[in-house]
Amino acid sequence: MKKTPINQARRRFILTSATVGGGFALGLQLPTKAQMATDGGSDINIWVQISPDDMVTIKYARCEMGQGSMTSAPQIVADELDANWEQVNIEYVDVNEHIRMNRAWGDMVTVGSQTIRNSQEYLRNAGATARAMLVAAAAEEWGVNASEIDVNNGIISHAGSGRESGFGALAAAASAQAVPETVTLKDPADWHIIGQPFPRVDIPPSVDGTQIYGVDIELPGMVYASIRQCPVFGGTLKSFDASKARSRRGVIDIMSIDDNSVAVVADNWWRANKALQEIEIQWDSNGNGNVSSEDILSTFKASLDATDAALLPNNSGDADQALANAEQVLEAEYFTPFLSHSPMEPMGATVRINSDRVDIWASTQAPEGLVSELVNALGVAQENVYAHRVQAGGGFGRRGGSSDYARSAALIAAQLPEGTPVKLLWTREEDTQHDFYRPLAMYRLKAGLDSNGNISGWKTRIASGSILNQMRGVPLRGGVDFTAVEGFTRLPYQIPDQFQDFKLTPTHVPLGFWRTVGWSQTPFAREQFIDELAVAAGEDPYHFRLKHMAEDELSRHIMEKVAQAIGWDEAPAAGIYRGIATTEPYGSFTAAAVELSVNDAGAIKIHRVIQGINTGHMVNPDNVRAQLEGATVWAISAAMWGEITLEEGQVQESNFHNYRLLRMAEMPVIETVLEATGGFWGGVGEPGQAPILPAFCNAIYAATGTRVRSLPLKHHGFSLA
Amino acid sequence: MELQINNEVHDVDVEADMPLLWVLRDILNLKGTKFGCGISQCGACTVHVDGEPVRSCSYPASAAEGKAITTIEGLSADASHPVQQAWVKHQVPQCGYCQSGQIMTAVSLLAKKPQPTDADINAAMTNLCRCGTYKRIRDAIHDVAGNNPETTLAYEA
Repeated sequence: MKKTPINQARRRFILTSATVGGGFALGLQLPTKAQMATDGGSDINIWVQISPDDMVTIKYARCEMGQGSMTSAPQIVADELDANWEQVNIEYVDVNEHIRMNRAWGDMVTVGSQTIRNSQEYLRNAGATARAMLVAAAAEEWGVNASEIDVNNGIISHAGSGRESGFGALAAAASAQAVPETVTLKDPADWHIIGQPFPRVDIPPSVDGTQIYGVDIELPGMVYASIRQCPVFGGTLKSFDASKARSRRGVIDIMSIDDNSVAVVADNWWRANKALQEIEIQWDSNGNGNVSSEDILSTFKASLDATDAALLPNNSGDADQALANAEQVLEAEYFTPFLSHSPMEPMGATVRINSDRVDIWASTQAPEGLVSELVNALGVAQENVYAHRVQAGGGFGRRGGSSDYARSAALIAAQLPEGTPVKLLWTREEDTQHDFYRPLAMYRLKAGLDSNGNISGWKTRIASGSILNQMRGVPLRGGVDFTAVEGFTRLPYQIPDQFQDFKLTPTHVPLGFWRTVGWSQTPFAREQFIDELAVAAGEDPYHFRLKHMAEDELSRHIMEKVAQAIGWDEAPAAGIYRGIATTEPYGSFTAAAVELSVNDAGAIKIHRVIQGINTGHMVNPDNVRAQLEGATVWAISAAMWGEITLEEGQVQESNFHNYRLLRMAEMPVIETVLEATGGFWGGVGEPGQAPILPAFCNAIYAATGTRVRSLPLKHHGFSLA
Repeated sequence: MELQINNEVHDVDVEADMPLLWVLRDILNLKGTKFGCGISQCGACTVHVDGEPVRSCSYPASAAEGKAITTIEGLSADASHPVQQAWVKHQVPQCGYCQSGQIMTAVSLLAKKPQPTDADINAAMTNLCRCGTYKRIRDAIHDVAGNNPETTLAYEA
C-alpha cells in the first residue's frame, strides 16, 4: 500500500513563510483609511467601495447556495447608504484577506438561517457609516452644513445651494473622512430597498451555463480524482489490488487516503472513476460491520425507557401530578429516520499545493472551515491557505459542518508533484453513503386533558444522537444537544406543568446539520400529538391550538393568517381533508395548512399547501416566497420517501433511484402567506419546512384515520399521486 | 472521433464508451452541463442530440457521432433564448445547479408542444431539483407558451 506523508520540506517552508510574513502583509488599517483600490474605487469602509463612475461595490461575506442572501444582505447595506440599487455591484469577501484581517467581516459560515438576522446590525451600520462619510465629504466640499444634506437613490444633494452629486465624485474625499462613532439607523418605515423583491443577482449566470460551482473549476495542468471510502463508518483500509486499474488509459496515480479511502488520479474524471471500479479493496469494519437499522431501533427504544436522561431547561410545575389529575391521558411514540442531504452538486474540491501557498476551490457553506480543514490536513499556516469563492450547488447543511471532502482532496494533492491542481469529485453513491446524516430520533410524548378539554400536564422524552457532540466534540451543556430538542424548548402552548428530557443515543453513523435540523423532525411529533389531543378532546385542531396560545401572539398571528388563507372555518369540498400545524423556528414564525385527498389504494393527492411565515422584518419578499416553495418540496420528499437505512454497518441507499425526491408531476399547488409584522429579524432558508410535515400528516389522519407516527410514509402504504 | 457541438466540429480522442458528459466537461471544458447522478436519474446533464433531450451522463460519445449536439452554451449567445429569459423573469433558479438540464428539457418540450398542458409538463419535466423550484419552472414554461397571462411575475409580485 502506498502511503506518502506530506512532503516535510514543503510543509516547513510554508510554516516558515507564515512566521515571517503572515498576518501583516496587508494593511490592517484598510477599513478606516482612504485607499485606492486597483480599479480606481475608494474603500469607504470594508463593506462599501465606490468607484468614480458612481458604481457601488458591496461586499458579501457569506456563501450563496440558492438561499438568496447574496442579494438580500447587500440590500440592507444599500438601504442605509441610500444607494441606487441599479448602481450596486456585489462582490464576495476574500477569505484569506478576512483571516489576515482578524475576521473583519464577521461570520462567513452560512448555516442556521442566520445571515440576515445575525448580520443585519453591522450591515446597516456599514451602510449608514458610509452614507455619513459621503455627507461629510459633500459638506466640506460645498461649505454647507452636513445636516442640510440629503441622500436619495445614489444622489447627494443640498437644497439651499442647489448642489448635487453622484457618489463617485465624492468617494475619495469620503474615504478620508473620520469614521463617525455613532450613526442613527433608519426607522423601518423609511426603508426603500429592504422589503423590495429585487431579482437575485446570482440568477442570470444560472440560466446560460456560466455559473461556476466548485466542481466546475478548470486549471492548467489539472488532474482529476475519484474516491472510494470505506463503506462502513469507522472502518479502515486493509489492502487493495490496483494492478488492473493501473494500466487503464489516463491513470496517473493510485493512492490511499487517511487509512480509510482509495483514490485514483487520472487525466479525466471518468477515466479515474472507471479505473477505481477495477480496484479490489479489502476493508476492515472495525467492529461496526454488523450494525443494522433494526439494531439501532432497539437501542433507541431502550433510550425511551432510560432513567438517566438530561433535563430540558424549560421544565416547570409538576407534570406527573397534573397527569394524575387529568381526565384523560394520551401517550404516543414517534420516529424520524436518518436522512441524507443529497444536494444536486455532489461533494468535491480542487486543491493545489505550492511551496508558499495552498489554494482550494470548493462549494461550501463554511469558507473558514475549508481553511481549517486544510490547516489540519496539511499542517500549513492558515495565512497561506487561499479558499476561493464559488456558488454552491445546494448546501442544506452538508457543506456547513464537516469539510471532509476538502481534506481528501488536500491529501491527494499532497501526494502529487508540487503545484499539480487536482479536482476530487465524489460519485453520487459516495455522496449518499458518506454523508453526515440528519439524526435518527425517537420521541415519547404524554399529555393529559382536563374536563374542559385543556391540556393538563405534558411530558416529552427525546432520544437522539448529538451532532454537536459527535461532529464537533463539543461537550453538551447540561447533557442536552439543543439542536436535537429545538421545538420542545419553548412550546407555543401555555401548559403550566411540563417535564421534558433528552437521552443521548449515539451510533456509529456520522451526524450533521440537515436543513431545518431539529425543527425538521420535532414538529412531526409535537404538532401531530397536539392533533391527537384535539381529537381526544373532541375539538377542532386549529381552535384547540388557538385556545392554548393565549399568551403567544406571534404564533397565533401566523396560524390565523394561514387558517384564513385556506378558509379553515368553512368545510372543504367533499373528499378533501385538511391538516394544520404551527412552529417557531430560527427566529421566525411559520404555519402551514394542507388540503389533500387519499384514494383507496393509498395514493395521496395534495390539492393545496398554504405556507405562512412571519419574519418580523423581511428583506426580499420574492426570495422568501421561493424559499417557502422549496422548503415545501424538501419536506414532502422527506415525508414520502426519505430514509437512510443500514445493513452490515453500511448505508443501503445509494442514488436517486432508491433515495427518492419529489418530481414535477408530484408538485402540489403552493400558496405563500408573507407577514412582516416588524420588531424582530427571523430566518428564512429553513423555517418554511418545519410546519409542512406535521400539517401534511395531520391532513392524512383527517382523510384516513391513520395516524402516521413513523416515517417515511411509503412504509404505511401511501404513495403520492 | 468527430463531434459536432454547438455548430462547431471537435475532433476528440476518447474511448467509444466515454459518456458525452465527460467529453463536454473534461475534454472540451463546456462546464454548463452538470454531473448529478451518473445513472440518468436527475437530468442535470441534459443536452440535445439532434434536438432530442438526452442524459449525457449515460450517453456514449460515440453514439453522438454525426449528430448535432447542443449544450446550454449553444442555446443562445447572450442568454436571450425565450426560455432563458423566462427563467430570469420568474426567478426560477435557486442554487441553479440543475437548471441547465431543466432549461434544455423545457426547450425541447416547447419545440414539440409550443403550448404544453400541465400534463405535458409533468410528463416531460422529469429532472430533479433539490431546491424545489418546480412551481416556477412550470410558471416559466407556461409563460413562454403564452398559456397563462395571469401568471404572477416574481419581480412584480
